[in-house]
Amino acid sequence: MVVVNGARALVKTLEKQGVKVIFGIPGGAVLDICEALADSSIRTILTRHEQCAAHAADGYARASGQVGVCLATSGPGATNLVTGIATAYMDSSPIVAFTGQVPMRLIGRDAFQEVDIIGITCPITKHNFQVERASDIPLIVEKAFRIASSGRPGPVLVDIPKNVQIELFDVEFDGGFEVAFRQPNHAPHPLQVKKAVDLLASAESPMIIAGGGVIASNASQELLAVAELLMAPVATTLMGKGAIPENHPLATGLLGMHGTVASNRLIQEADVVLAVGMRFSDRTTGKLEEFCSDAKIIHIEVDAAEIGKNIEADVPIVADAKQALQEIYKLLKMKVVKRERTALMAKIKELKEQLEGKANCERELKPPRLMVEIRRVLPENAIITTEVGQNQMWAALYLKVYKPRTFISSGGLGTMGFGFPAALGAKVACPEVPVVDIAGDGSFIMTEQDLATSVEENIPVTIVVLNNSLLGMVAQWQRLFYNRRYFAVNLGKVPDFVKLAEAYGAQGFRVKTLEEFSSVFKKALQSSVTTVIDVPILPEENVLPMVPPGKGLKWMIWE
Amino acid sequence: MEPKNTTQEYIVSAIVEHRPGVLFRVSNLFRRRGFNIQSISVGSTERKEFARITITVSGDEKLVEQIVKQLRKLIEVVKVSILDPKNTVVRELALVKVAAPDYKAKADIINYAEIFKGRVVDVSHKSLTIEVTGGPDKIDAFINVLKPYGIKEMARTGITALQRGESQIT
Ligand SMILES: Cc1ncc(C[n+]2csc(CCOP(=O)(O)OP(=O)(O)O)c2C)c(N)n1
Repeated sequence: MVVVNGARALVKTLEKQGVKVIFGIPGGAVLDICEALADSSIRTILTRHEQCAAHAADGYARASGQVGVCLATSGPGATNLVTGIATAYMDSSPIVAFTGQVPMRLIGRDAFQEVDIIGITCPITKHNFQVERASDIPLIVEKAFRIASSGRPGPVLVDIPKNVQIELFDVEFDGGFEVAFRQPNHAPHPLQVKKAVDLLASAESPMIIAGGGVIASNASQELLAVAELLMAPVATTLMGKGAIPENHPLATGLLGMHGTVASNRLIQEADVVLAVGMRFSDRTTGKLEEFCSDAKIIHIEVDAAEIGKNIEADVPIVADAKQALQEIYKLLKMKVVKRERTALMAKIKELKEQLEGKANCERELKPPRLMVEIRRVLPENAIITTEVGQNQMWAALYLKVYKPRTFISSGGLGTMGFGFPAALGAKVACPEVPVVDIAGDGSFIMTEQDLATSVEENIPVTIVVLNNSLLGMVAQWQRLFYNRRYFAVNLGKVPDFVKLAEAYGAQGFRVKTLEEFSSVFKKALQSSVTTVIDVPILPEENVLPMVPPGKGLKWMIWE
Repeated sequence: MEPKNTTQEYIVSAIVEHRPGVLFRVSNLFRRRGFNIQSISVGSTERKEFARITITVSGDEKLVEQIVKQLRKLIEVVKVSILDPKNTVVRELALVKVAAPDYKAKADIINYAEIFKGRVVDVSHKSLTIEVTGGPDKIDAFINVLKPYGIKEMARTGITALQRGESQIT
């Protein structure tokens, strides 16, 4: 038994959880936690904005599969975390956020820097806690980590009033607490598995949609085994990108509003759809009534509430994706012999060629070609993050990803400014691997101040700014659906990203040709300091294909 | 089998951890997901660590299924069930203050109250306050009878309900 204060108990428990890094910014309400962190082996990375601390923790979590941790003071520190927490919530990313709070005797009195962060984050966390006694800290922190990482992962917030951080208590750290916790049942129901297998075995043209759940449950191998056995094309959602190596002949790429020609066409022809670890978001399905209306749907999802929420499944399977796919594979193997399906393979190839052909042989510095070039230079295990907008969709469409956890993007919330801090988090998690943020100028400006963090903390990443001096995606919508009436989308010629990078002690380059880009990009990957590559592009490029909002996938616009 | 999209009233009964903030989480979930609460009542159970929240909602089967699943995701929600109306005791309490300016009105109202097994709990010169319990239909009926006299104030608790038979929290 030792006597410690709440703050030290917190840090002790974090160490016990195996936490290696915390991203955050201090303030009056977390000074005691900072004091305890100063004596700890945990690395504290000072970000320049709390939003970046949350995104970095999120990027860390997505790249590593481990819980990411961030810290902010009460009041504005806590509210600055909100966008980051909501981003993690929408994309089911496991982070634990700690916030300081005014002393308990002042709660409810509008004390200096008091904010009801529990109320504010209730709808964007899996759960949140306000700690009332120092002695509760070890148990609550353990619970927070368990909740964040189990079942469908997601963010948890722990709010710790100042007096609780100071309060002394006796603690036994080696004892290990028994956390009473209702574990969701992760095993698939055998009867449902059998039904799924019967459907798949008798399908003429089965198709698989892989979502982020495949990556979260490390089920890529299992997915591929089932796909190859069925010779079924595999489309992915944005969150599922990387669930199957995209150079695999069965991989058809992104499905949905900005889906590939191959995915959006083939899904029309599927008679049985195996949807794994995904939630049928509107960006994936287009108009719901027209989505796979003639196909039977098998839906594997660990979150029971997702089943039947947007689409009625013919065979619902509430289970961990990995386990369910394993069971399906076992039974399926006994039922089907591997088919040849040469016609299908030729068709997939041809449909993929329609999209990729042009990008591949383009000589000019157009975004699709740039994506191909980035992929060509990067090693297979490099991590790509994106901002939001056209840049994100170009990356999703044209930049092939070969491994799970190497494509990190804000899907559900679509948070501009996510990509760069997420890249920092990913780089901290995987320091050996090059990390590249594919950015738009508008998005990068939103969190660019954390260049300071990347330089001061030696976290070198590469930011490729597709610079159209516009809020490009918004401009695209105004061009296509609002009669070209551009409004509030012009960003002008500022800032000069080269100078901006240099102002922070990073390096900046501007490139005009593909050759220039390649050579600068290669150097950037070797650099020990963060590099910003400004790539001016034409302002009126469209990201295509695109399904107009509210329409079914068959209404895809292409060329 | 009934079609899934017919609207009816459902009683959702949730056992939750008895601690501050739980009701907020539950009601916040309803607001955020756009589920409409028709009535809600909260109270203690046979175990001091748990409370029971009884919610009535009107919607189709798909909607209540979604409500139940979303409720189950809340960490402090221990158990959720939809109560089968045929097999459930459902009660609500109402206090109704009704205008009763003269002797005749008072006599009539007391008469009605007796028919509905209500009790007079307060009398003043110009009004009577009646307490009545029962299923929501009975209370609706009682209120309808009193309406012509002029209802001055009313408070209904919202329903609370228990499954018949052996079931318990476990
Ligand atoms: C924080 C935030 N604000 C606003 C939006 C709406 N929005 C979506 S895309 C976009 C434009 C993005 O511009 P830019 O980063 O330059 O990327 P581009 O589309 O030009 O590649 C905007 C404003 C958003 N997604 N996130």
